[in-house]
Amino acid sequence: MVIKNGNNKLEVFRNIKSKVTPLDRSNIDTDQIIPKQFLKLVQRTDFGKYLFYDLRVDRDGNQRREFVLNDPTYAGRQILLTRDNFGSGSSREHAAWAIRDYGFKAIIAESFADIFYNNCFKNGLLPIGLNHEEIEYLFRNSLNVAVEIDLSNQQVKACSKVMRFEIDSYRKMALLEGLDEIEMTLQFESQIAEYERKILVNSL
Amino acid sequence: MSNTIFEKIWDNHVVHAKNGDVHNNGGPSLIYIDRHLLHEVTSPQAFDGLRLNGRRVRRPDLTFATMDHNVPTTDRSIPIVDQISSMQIQTLMQNCREFGITLFDINSPNQGIVHVIGPELGITLPGTTIVCGDSHTSTHGAFGALAFGIGTSEVEHVLATQCLWMYKPKTFAINVTGRLRNIHAVTAKDIILSIIRKIGTIGGTGTVIEYRGETISDLSVEQRMTICNMSIEAGARAGLIYPDKKTFDYIRGRRYTPSGKQFETMVDFWHENWKDYTNAQFDKVITFNVNELAPQVSWGTNPSMVVDVTDTVPYPDDFARGNENERKAANRALEYMALKPGTSITDIKIDRVFIGSCTNSRLEDLMEAAIVVKGKTVSQSVKAMVVPGSQQVKKQAEVLGLDKIFKTAGFEWRESGCSMCLGMNPDILAPGERCASTSNRNFEGRQGSGGRTHLVSPIMAAAAAIEGHFIDVREWL
Repeated sequence: MVIKNGNNKLEVFRNIKSKVTPLDRSNIDTDQIIPKQFLKLVQRTDFGKYLFYDLRVDRDGNQRREFVLNDPTYAGRQILLTRDNFGSGSSREHAAWAIRDYGFKAIIAESFADIFYNNCFKNGLLPIGLNHEEIEYLFRNSLNVAVEIDLSNQQVKACSKVMRFEIDSYRKMALLEGLDEIEMTLQFESQIAEYERKILVNSL
Repeated sequence: MSNTIFEKIWDNHVVHAKNGDVHNNGGPSLIYIDRHLLHEVTSPQAFDGLRLNGRRVRRPDLTFATMDHNVPTTDRSIPIVDQISSMQIQTLMQNCREFGITLFDINSPNQGIVHVIGPELGITLPGTTIVCGDSHTSTHGAFGALAFGIGTSEVEHVLATQCLWMYKPKTFAINVTGRLRNIHAVTAKDIILSIIRKIGTIGGTGTVIEYRGETISDLSVEQRMTICNMSIEAGARAGLIYPDKKTFDYIRGRRYTPSGKQFETMVDFWHENWKDYTNAQFDKVITFNVNELAPQVSWGTNPSMVVDVTDTVPYPDDFARGNENERKAANRALEYMALKPGTSITDIKIDRVFIGSCTNSRLEDLMEAAIVVKGKTVSQSVKAMVVPGSQQVKKQAEVLGLDKIFKTAGFEWRESGCSMCLGMNPDILAPGERCASTSNRNFEGRQGSGGRTHLVSPIMAAAAAIEGHFIDVREWL
């Protein structure tokens, strides 16, 4: 799946209606999301097949049947549901690439590590933080019902429950519009150049 | 009330304040980046992005690259066997050539772990902003720099614009007080491991930590780097320490450090800007006393799962203190680590010892470990290796004869790189192998699929290599 086209513009984020894939663990670090042996690749596509590799595949190369991504029940789902401190550790953006390339468009968790959270937005992937009770509710009730994610209204709807999530307005706009951030920053060229002149003077 | 170091650095680097955002709806600020460090793993896709869009590197003169994650630590005259690693290394060379970026390549006398060579070459300076596509960029905070890890999209953004859109993190002061009873046996690594043990892996999330207090002032610059290095393990974006005379003495005269009058101007600027630092107000403050601190050993699969060397492996209920997620995590960690609750830490036998990584591979680390190793022999059941953080560290260690001490004892003495901290090169644990490691992460599979990592200080790792199991190194020193 190619997320970015030639002019670096992200695919526009649309509302999602999908069942969830439950990953009932806290502290999922980026080493687990995408193990180091797959970081040697020099492209940013096709990482989906390595997602959670060591959790999915045993040392003999056989699929671990007990792992949720190997359960056909959960195939094709677009929302990953998990616990707290998701994406901790290494800054590798390969983690966000792998999750997006696998087919997930949103991750609902109790909390996220900072760098991973930031990396998600650069790849059209929506990380949603909900409180402990809401996460518990979703694990208990939502596994076989479609969950709706409405980014514009910042809502997750499951069964009859509507849960509001927080997201910074700039990040929201960037996802909804598929913003090319570098292109936007380049419009600040005169201010960047002015800043550089100022520090040059200070350092003389 | 005055600003924290972080807030002042932030204010000094705002190119565009958030309220004047183009879309007029708030959001992040555009922050200028003074130094950009690159390595082979997280940069190739960023350069591809530049090419695809016909963009240039705005400030190649502020951008420095080395290869550290993939490089073999064995004989450098032999070509790299792993073709995919080799390709990634070649790609970095081509990219640096094409875009005019200074590269310390595999044969450079300055090659090394990016967070070791930055300070070593004087690229890392107080009051600057430093980024790298690597979470342990927090290391450079030991010099009073605002330094943090970024993803590859942001690497591309900094290459193209020399700036980043950033949300201002909260401020978090950790006051470290007291005097270590045995400074030879209890180290900066034990301080930071015990801090993470206390505040947890999300204790610092959304913050920049400033480490303060007499204990931090007493530490050497290299020990402070160990502390700041692991800030990310507590979830923080960055760690910072106020630069003092030790800091400026350390950076003076290095290759990229300003010299002469410029250096004095930099020191004056610092003192003028930061003189009211002690009164700074933080969003969050904790105090941490080290008087009773013992050597620390991790038992689980995240860096908060740590105990004193004199302790036993905890029971999940005791560790979790009522938190169900933590209880499950502890159970899973014990299963992965093949440990039984109640086992004495000193009864845990190890197979491998790794002394290295951006946390603990500098000259002082190797000197401390060598003191423990000198005149002794590595246990027959242990395979041990020392991987200096850089070619410069290696050279300096060899001048002091440390290589001979390690080799005579039975350690392997390697070339510089990240090595077994993350095992992207051939230095990996076999499934089930148990390692005393001076690195920073004990995640599942981190040092090799199925490998079991115990995080310790260089002194503790060295002693474990000799004995074949953990010991309380205070008994030796």
